[in-house]
Amino acid sequence: MKLLSFLFTSSIGRKVLMAVTGLSLVAFLLVHAGINACIFFNDSGKTFNHAAEFMAHNWLIRSAEIGLFLGLLLHIVQGLSLTASNNQKRNNKYGASAGNANSKWYSRSMGILGSLLLIFLVMHLKHFWVVSRFTDAIQETAGSTLFDEMVVVFTDPLPVFVYVIGCISLAYHLLHGFQSAFQSLGINHPAYSPIIQSIGVGFSIIVPLVFAAMPIAMHLGWIQ
Amino acid sequence: MSKLMKLNLKVWRQKNADNAGKFEEYKVDASPDMSFLEMFDVLNEQLIETGKEPVAFDHDCREGICGMCSMVIDGRPHGPKQGVTTCQLHMRSFNDGDTITVEPWRANGFPVIKDLTVNRSAFDRIIAAGGFISTNAGNAVDANSVLIPKDVADEAFEAATCIGCGACVSACKNASAMLFVGAKVTQLSKLPQGKPERETRVVAMVNQMDAEGFGACTNTGACAAECPKQIPLSVIANLNREYIGAKMNGK
Amino acid sequence: MTLESKIPAGDIATKWTQYKSTVPLVNPANKRQLEIIVVGTGLAGASAAATLAEMGYKVKAFCFQDSPRRAHSIAAQGGINAAKNYQNDGDSVYRLFYDTIKGGDYRSREANVHRLAECSTSIIDQCVAQGVPFAREYGGTLSNRSFGGTQVQRTFYAAGQTGQQLLLGAYSGLERQVGLGNVKMYARHEMVEVVKIDGKARGIIARNLVTGKLERHFGHAVLLCTGGYGNVFYLSTNAMGSNVTAAWKAHKAGAYFGNPCFTQIHPTCIPVSGHYQSKLTLMSESLRNDGRIWVPKKQNDDRHPNDIPEEERDYYLERRYPAFGNLVPRDIASRAAKERCDASYGVGQSKMAVYLDFKYNMMQKYGRTEASKLNIANPDDETLIRLGKEVVKEKYGNLFDMYKQITDEDPYEVPMRIYPAVHYTMGGLWVDYDLMTNVPGMYALGEANFSDHGANRLGASALMQGLADGYFVIPITIGNYLSKEIHTKPISTDHEAFVAAEKAASERIDKLMSIQGTRSVESYHRELGLIMWNKCGMARNEKGLKEAIAEIQALRADFYKNVRIPGSVNEFNPELDKAGRVADFLELGELMCVDALQRNESCGGHFREEYQTEEGEALRDDENYMYVSAWENKGDTWELHKDELKYENIKIQQRSYK
Repeated sequence: MKLLSFLFTSSIGRKVLMAVTGLSLVAFLLVHAGINACIFFNDSGKTFNHAAEFMAHNWLIRSAEIGLFLGLLLHIVQGLSLTASNNQKRNNKYGASAGNANSKWYSRSMGILGSLLLIFLVMHLKHFWVVSRFTDAIQETAGSTLFDEMVVVFTDPLPVFVYVIGCISLAYHLLHGFQSAFQSLGINHPAYSPIIQSIGVGFSIIVPLVFAAMPIAMHLGWIQ
Repeated sequence: MSKLMKLNLKVWRQKNADNAGKFEEYKVDASPDMSFLEMFDVLNEQLIETGKEPVAFDHDCREGICGMCSMVIDGRPHGPKQGVTTCQLHMRSFNDGDTITVEPWRANGFPVIKDLTVNRSAFDRIIAAGGFISTNAGNAVDANSVLIPKDVADEAFEAATCIGCGACVSACKNASAMLFVGAKVTQLSKLPQGKPERETRVVAMVNQMDAEGFGACTNTGACAAECPKQIPLSVIANLNREYIGAKMNGK
Repeated sequence: MTLESKIPAGDIATKWTQYKSTVPLVNPANKRQLEIIVVGTGLAGASAAATLAEMGYKVKAFCFQDSPRRAHSIAAQGGINAAKNYQNDGDSVYRLFYDTIKGGDYRSREANVHRLAECSTSIIDQCVAQGVPFAREYGGTLSNRSFGGTQVQRTFYAAGQTGQQLLLGAYSGLERQVGLGNVKMYARHEMVEVVKIDGKARGIIARNLVTGKLERHFGHAVLLCTGGYGNVFYLSTNAMGSNVTAAWKAHKAGAYFGNPCFTQIHPTCIPVSGHYQSKLTLMSESLRNDGRIWVPKKQNDDRHPNDIPEEERDYYLERRYPAFGNLVPRDIASRAAKERCDASYGVGQSKMAVYLDFKYNMMQKYGRTEASKLNIANPDDETLIRLGKEVVKEKYGNLFDMYKQITDEDPYEVPMRIYPAVHYTMGGLWVDYDLMTNVPGMYALGEANFSDHGANRLGASALMQGLADGYFVIPITIGNYLSKEIHTKPISTDHEAFVAAEKAASERIDKLMSIQGTRSVESYHRELGLIMWNKCGMARNEKGLKEAIAEIQALRADFYKNVRIPGSVNEFNPELDKAGRVADFLELGELMCVDALQRNESCGGHFREEYQTEEGEALRDDENYMYVSAWENKGDTWELHKDELKYENIKIQQRSYK
């Protein structure tokens, strides 16, 4: 464990932990988005429920979930504490601002974007994850599915709005985070980095778009 | 002779490290062919003539290589032009009637000494921690006995052009010094002569960098964008790689 | 007091080797008890401090900048000479030795120069070992280029930033020793007084520039590595802070000043653009590898350079010096430029400039080679320019960018405008073979001493000298003195000599602060510079020099009546720092004129209009002036001591580059 203590103590180590956990969350998002996209079969959630059922009961997925949660937790705690500590490195602020002249606003706002995501996440988990994993509200025997739950939640415009905001935050968070993770891990190569960046941009747009499409589509009744 | 420009300056004045500072406003007429520092020379002559204290600022070679000059101009270290130091910034980059805000490098790792002058000795301590190749004078082999591919030499050189001015720190929202450290680590780790102690070097330098109160890198790229020598962000990736490798190796 | 240069006897080629094997040593245990003060951290100072610390001495290093890495050696652009003969073009230690003596117009000391040439090869090895990224060929070997005054390629370089890379190498060695605790570094400190006890240098008084406090520092020996004094001219290529103060205090404390009037005016600098100008910027001599210098054949020709046809251009260096062409030594190139401008052939708005034109070589040399690599049979001009430009960009890109930044003109399109400017001072503290001044225990290294470059320094030799002195000479020669000092215990800084020296420094500062007149320090410096440039610059004559001496004396008197220094003593006060330096320049300037007036001959950079050949070349007087003028300070006047130069290995002749 001593070997890995640098992940919590040094400036670079802490960034490495952010990158590794971030990338594992990226992988999770891909799976999540894939399963979510199943609703677009527009078969009253049949395929989607099937996939959700699989995710909920497969032991491998369930154990990976523990890792994922651990990663998420680390990403959040490390992110918040790193942001706090970075903010303390300049006690006297500048009188004039460089604006966007030397960096992108979202690159400078990862802490805020992340915090927005965290708020969204709490709501999201409460809506679906807690319900599906820890209550008996959703049981096939009870005749209610995750899909049904979604239909219920997204009838209300407020969650739809929050979800869309969450997805926009996610898009910008990813736009910086995806390529940044590779940089933090020391992967920067004249030939491959442009490819990574293109993939990152594509990922940051497509995945949040897929997520955002769901509540909108359900709210507007495109999916039933 | 080009026409003189009328400028309004908002300059940070701070008596010493223990005093709080504030902005003061001045008016100066400048020729477009002047360098930014020559414009400050004119301001200082004015101040001395009127019995006021001139603005203290660091400068020396005035040809963009010593790394001493250090002004944040309208929020940007070394001003609006890319790839130049303050001393090489000319007034033709500004317009008649402009109001220009001038501040010192601001970072906890660079405490203000007076006005626009800061203490950058933290950089020296980082180099002293490991930014060298341990070789004593007199025991070197013939210079051509170790061949170094041109692209490796060029890459090392590109990193070695860092002038240690600290613009990277001052531009970074986290006041991170990783571009500076990355440049030195890259230069020395690329060269065959620097490889034997690459692991101990990177760990020692990063430890010192952290101890000096510089922040962590969040890859915003502001440092590389403002670097007067245009050191690329890839040196930080290289620093990360070297560091991770060393740490995973138990260093 | 007679001057003893202490040159060891024997054959020139083996003298240094023999000296090294017979010089007294200090054993490692004793080294730890001996303290050495190094003032200045440029190439000479940083390399000396690092090397002496590596050997085990206790070192204290001082610099006035905020970090030792910022010393002005960093600004050297073109390269460093070494007799490696990697190009197989017939180079050798002897040839480097010969070129340097001839380049210096036979006014340097044979033994020192030969030692310098011998050490040159080790410097390159040492620098490569410490990670200096010199330019390389595709095969991985080191690359070379040509510099003025030589017909071989022996200059090693790192783009146009060689000085920076070498200094950062020496600085890293120094910081390594700082980290190990062997060197104590004092940045933002300026030496303001030498402390002498029983005739020996035993320490310094340094002023902490941040707090303004004076500090006493003891050392068994004091090394001055404080660079040159070109800033006496106000406008020069030196850094703003470069100054003579440490050397001058040593001079006032008894050290002789050697050849003070030997100043190098560098031919290729960016011309002055306005009265506010604070310094001049050099365009590396390496540019003369590929740039051709010309003026219009017609006087006062106002046409745009690109509109002047080939046959109406006068490539005056190629015309006058066919053998060396554009690569004649600096003094000759500078004078030739001045001659053309004085005769109304100058160009640009001020008419005080000549063109440095890359178009020909961009097209014909590089463009053609690249075209041939690409198998383009009959390339048109546009293709040649496009291809050649890439090569030129790689070789000199940073210099071209710098030129454009300063002048707002693109040198890839329009020829550069250049004019000579003060760049280097060959003169400096007189030293013997051990680099020790006539004050025992006080040494001068690098540009601060007078020893190796005679009346004119060849390009790429300053870096060589600084590093040779620091890495390879002083570590050996200092043993000759320190081996006799092992019984000297560190002297308390409460010693009366320290108290007196501090008091003297403090009184001087208080005197400056008490004047509270009306004129800024800068204005005095500017006026002094103008006197020096006009009357003790590229061309000097008896009348002008006499006037200059009177003018400087008057200016100095005025300075002590009317200068205004704002702020107070015990704080960070750059104006006060500057005032101290200008006060010293005001004394040095006079000595330079006195020296120039005394030397009734022309040699190297010292050109007395009364002494020239019919073609306008410098006319030496070997019979009467083949010596180093070593000036002893006598309060308000100086006494001349002559250190005769003997040439036993090189035949003296009139220097010709035709």
